[in-house]
Amino acid sequence: MKDDIILRVVAKLLMPFMLVFALYVQFHGDYGPGGGFQAGVIAAAAIIFYAIIFGLAAGQVLAPDWLVETMLAAGVLLYAGVGLAGIALGGNYLDYFVLDADSVTGQHRGIFWVEAGVGCTVAGVMLKLFYMFAGRSRDAEDA
Amino acid sequence: MAVTVVAMVLQRNLFGVVVLFSIYSFLMATVLVALDAVDVAMTEAAVGAGISTVLLLGALHLTGGTEAKPLQRPLLPLALSVAVGAMLVYGMQGLPAFSDPQAPIHSHVAPRYLQEGMKETGIPNIVTAVLASYRGFDTLGETAVVFTAGIGVIALLRRHRRKGK
Amino acid sequence: MSAITGHFSYWVTVFLMVAGLYIIISRTNLLKKLIGLAILQTSVYLLYIAPGKLIGGTAPIIADGFSSYSNPLPHVLILTAIVVGVATLALGLALVVRIREAYGTIEEDEILGQED
Repeated sequence: MKDDIILRVVAKLLMPFMLVFALYVQFHGDYGPGGGFQAGVIAAAAIIFYAIIFGLAAGQVLAPDWLVETMLAAGVLLYAGVGLAGIALGGNYLDYFVLDADSVTGQHRGIFWVEAGVGCTVAGVMLKLFYMFAGRSRDAEDA
Repeated sequence: MAVTVVAMVLQRNLFGVVVLFSIYSFLMATVLVALDAVDVAMTEAAVGAGISTVLLLGALHLTGGTEAKPLQRPLLPLALSVAVGAMLVYGMQGLPAFSDPQAPIHSHVAPRYLQEGMKETGIPNIVTAVLASYRGFDTLGETAVVFTAGIGVIALLRRHRRKGK
Repeated sequence: MSAITGHFSYWVTVFLMVAGLYIIISRTNLLKKLIGLAILQTSVYLLYIAPGKLIGGTAPIIADGFSSYSNPLPHVLILTAIVVGVATLALGLALVVRIREAYGTIEEDEILGQED
């Protein structure tokens, strides 16, 4: 598909908009529809779109394997870490109101980090799934 | 939506079935917007019509393309499905009518979230506030489930460098 | 007649659920079974969200000028359910790919025939 000039040009034009839209959905999820899951899926979709048009190797230059696998685990650890921070500062696990002197600001902080962790893991998993399925060649002569 | 589902049942070319599934996801997302569920519609559109379709196409490429013709007429499954449908219809008569403000679903916890949510968390999007703050443990479990699915697929599909005999 | 008009969303839900169930139990192709499972899951989303809607209400995002909001609780549950559903689908597809490599087919009859 990389020989088709229309697809190439459109892909290069659309990719940055998709990534910025993913960031917008992630951070604006407090004030409108959105949040961690949607943002993670949109970010993964942007890179999958690029990889479909330019080939899997080009996509893996953008998001290498080690980065994707790290993102997978880092998101869950971030979420659990926010919970532990709640314990360290005096509350129960995953209490947000102890994260700041003002309890509403503490809620804002907790929700921000938690959504970031969720978005990170979801984007990593969706990308990894695509890499696994697209990178496996069909062994028609096996079995 | 019913038309797409019936077409999916009858269609035997699996590529056509996957395309119909994508159309069905989009229609479902539109219906969800009409039902005021904007967060859910965004997720359903992104996940159902985006990721699910990509994964199904990937799996379709790795396996076959057409479904075999059934050997006998599927009368028993059809009768079983109709019986289950009849039981479900009987059960749903007892459910509250569409958009009934007196339904129990609107009573206990939901008004509290709607009224106190803005004061306690300062976030206008109540769905995000409930998801991340009031029901934060559920979201932690869900993130763990997504992580586990990724690990499971890696374990199943990873190729080892040495191809043993 | 209010049994039909008042419960319209439930009729659609039951039809989708039964169609998904029919695909799962009557078709032998593993990929088609997985798609039937996905249809069943989406019908359950509809089952939960439809009763939460209030006619005249709006999406549950607090803003000035609106007083009636649709119920946010089903939205939260279904958001989680959608993501778990795609995780299940991904694992199921990985299993189907491995079955294809091990048995050479994804038709259930042929797989069971090879086992004997």
